Amino acid sequence: MTAQFAQYLVTGLTVGAVYALVALGFSIIYNASQVINFAQGEFVMVGGMCSVWLVDQGVPLPAAVVLAVAAAALLGLALEKFAVEPARGAPVVTLVIITIGASILLRGLATLVWDKKIHALKPFSGEAPLQVGGAVVLPQSLWVLGVTLAVVLLLSWFFGRTLLGKALLATSHNRLAAQLVGISVRNVMLLSFSLSAALGAVAGILVAPITFTSWDVGVMLGLKGFAAAILGGLGSGAGAVLGGMVLGIAESMSAGYVSSAYKDAIAFVILLAVLVFAPDGLLGRRVAERV
Amino acid sequence: MSRTAPGFAQPAAHRIRGPAALALCIALLPLAFANNYYYEVAVLVGLNAITCVGLNLLVGYAGQISLGHAGFFGLGAYGSAILTARYGWPPLGALVAVTPGVAALAYLIGRPILRLKGHYLAMATLGMGVIISIVIATEDRWTGGPDGMSVPPLSVFGFTLQGERAWYWVVGGCLLLAVWLALNLIESPVGRALRALHGSEVGAEVAGIDSARAKLMVFVVSAVYASAAGSLAAHYSGFITPSKVTFFHSIELVTMVVFGGMASVFGAVAGAAVLTMLPQFLTLFKEYETVVFGAVMMGTMIFMPRGLVPSLATLFADRGPSKVPP
Amino acid sequence: MSLLRVERMSKEFGGVHAVEGLDFAIEPGAVFSIIGPNGAGKTTLINLLTGVYKPSAGRILFAGRDLTGRAPYEFAAAGMARTFQNLQVFFNMTALENVMVGRHLHERCSLAAAMLRFPSLARAERACREYAVGLMEFVGLGEHVGARADSLSYGALKRLEIARALAAEPKLLLLDEPAAGLNQTETQGIDALVTQLAARGVTVVLVEHNMRLVMGVSHEILVLDYGKKLAQGDAATVGNDPRVIEAYLGAGVA
Repeated sequence: MTAQFAQYLVTGLTVGAVYALVALGFSIIYNASQVINFAQGEFVMVGGMCSVWLVDQGVPLPAAVVLAVAAAALLGLALEKFAVEPARGAPVVTLVIITIGASILLRGLATLVWDKKIHALKPFSGEAPLQVGGAVVLPQSLWVLGVTLAVVLLLSWFFGRTLLGKALLATSHNRLAAQLVGISVRNVMLLSFSLSAALGAVAGILVAPITFTSWDVGVMLGLKGFAAAILGGLGSGAGAVLGGMVLGIAESMSAGYVSSAYKDAIAFVILLAVLVFAPDGLLGRRVAERV
Repeated sequence: MSRTAPGFAQPAAHRIRGPAALALCIALLPLAFANNYYYEVAVLVGLNAITCVGLNLLVGYAGQISLGHAGFFGLGAYGSAILTARYGWPPLGALVAVTPGVAALAYLIGRPILRLKGHYLAMATLGMGVIISIVIATEDRWTGGPDGMSVPPLSVFGFTLQGERAWYWVVGGCLLLAVWLALNLIESPVGRALRALHGSEVGAEVAGIDSARAKLMVFVVSAVYASAAGSLAAHYSGFITPSKVTFFHSIELVTMVVFGGMASVFGAVAGAAVLTMLPQFLTLFKEYETVVFGAVMMGTMIFMPRGLVPSLATLFADRGPSKVPP
Repeated sequence: MSLLRVERMSKEFGGVHAVEGLDFAIEPGAVFSIIGPNGAGKTTLINLLTGVYKPSAGRILFAGRDLTGRAPYEFAAAGMARTFQNLQVFFNMTALENVMVGRHLHERCSLAAAMLRFPSLARAERACREYAVGLMEFVGLGEHVGARADSLSYGALKRLEIARALAAEPKLLLLDEPAAGLNQTETQGIDALVTQLAARGVTVVLVEHNMRLVMGVSHEILVLDYGKKLAQGDAATVGNDPRVIEAYLGAGVA
């Protein structure tokens, strides 16, 4: 019973870490631009597919990872520059539709550049499972958790300690004021999109050996990442991580104890229940309306 | 300097002129139809347009997003399908029973979630849609699961509606009715209240509008539109699968509304028409189909952020008196 | 009996008292002005009086009913209407429709009546339209009847909000800085409008920075400073109160 619970917990944490990375991407872009980037999931796909393809071409794994993340970051940059920037000032729904268009476009491109098959990336350090407290842990799960932890620490250092990170945060709090103190909002936007894309790609690469990857893997991961960002409170970094973990664990527990067919449904029921009682997410900031 | 409207008859004229033009379109279009395939596409356009006209009341006029309306479409479709196929109900009876059922469900779901705003509401409606679609795909005893189920044809008092041509006129009539009802609503005190809360929620509240009640009401109305279109679609195609109940279809519906032009009834119709027909044309592009579809979507929204009909209306209406199109 | 009665009302935002322990009453037919230096809590108070904010403590009684904690639309239904310092115009509608929204409480109609456009509704709509046109002419917007709200100038929008508020035929009209941001001529126009309303017997709460406007029309003035009552009385009493002069001009002057 406890071993089983531990097993579900490990699975949940692993999946949750991936959701957390995607959710962080949503929050960073939201903070910089108030846009919900529905193409976020496609960066996950691009990271996974690109690294698989590079490894197949004979590129060593570490180099493939770096290149795949860089490629996704470039895509994020392009998305901001050619799709979001020209539509500045458009209604929020319009921007949402633009990013949905971008995600359809990217999925289409993926089938052209690569294919419609399902691919697996080789696990980073073998497949021999470890025994931890009665649970079977894949080495790749440790990679997912470890890298996520490292990324979270790096991000909190970046936003808390560096000038650039503070500039990003300042822009999210007050765009005009940030501009007045000399922060280039344009560059902040570009940086946010490429940073988010890179985070998405990291998630996509980490999870590719466990859940495999394909051209349409981004849809569900994007959706779950958005759900995690909302659950934790849109725009809050800690909220994104918490939201991702809660969602991942909720899913794995309901798959284990209730019904695997209904695991997604249960995750969304929990999400709805949380929103009913905390309309701004678990750690969201309540912004008083000024009239 | 703003101009004064000549007399106060203008909205009334809108209400008659628009539907008259639409009726004329529906009546004349078949002259250009070479074969049954055209009728088939036209019926699909009509069914999507009915859903979108309803969704636009919520999204375009009241300013409340829903990324889960395919769920209501699916509930209408499967409700009708299950009652007629599994229980032998008459199709019209099923339609009359299912629609208020979906309305009641929309009311129960809407009550808690419409208190949410912006992206949180988007997420909640999205979650609602996903839950409905998972239930439909999983409860295969009732719905046939992912394989789908067949649905008997629509028959009224022993007369069975069959063939694309007959369906064309029925769906055309329903669309006309849907548009007329929506235009009436928008130009009524109820519709003004909806548009007001989109303009400024606090401004609407201090004018005496119970915004929570108004949002809930329009949410239910839009769910009824989707549900009725779903019921019709089920009988029309004779076979339904969960594919029309997915998150994708919800997104597709919102895209049609935004693409055509928010807060424009005819924009919703135009958006439904263009985005339903586009994939039919895009088959020409073969494997590039998806890429072109995504690019068209992005391009249109970047260059016409307010959507097709309002953007074109501004382009052509510089001569006329300034007015808000319905 | 007073029309509006406020008892020991306070409002705090995250530990900061924006309004603290206020008591006052407004008599029917009076022009009651609320003045005070910037940040004195004037706008917070008007938001509390109309239900936009909920008080942290205290009660609001209006027309004999306790409305404390109710939603803004319930305050409106009880007979209050207001304008906003930061305009809350419906820019997605025409100017006339904005005023017609103000008639909402007198224009109740069912969903079925709306969607099927019952003949009774068509008649009511015509009447509503005419009433709204009349109000637009009254506030001096007669030439803008067919215009979109977003094509109006700032001064015209301020009048549009007044027309919308009047459309509700309120027992109490609250104007939040109706002259703020206007030039000399426009301010005089608003001045005349408020005087006209007062002459018609409408009970008015006026929040204003413009002292000349306030002194000219008010029956009673409430002076706020740091969310507390500094003074209350008619124009002469308040105008000669050394504490008021000090709050406005700084210490040492009085």
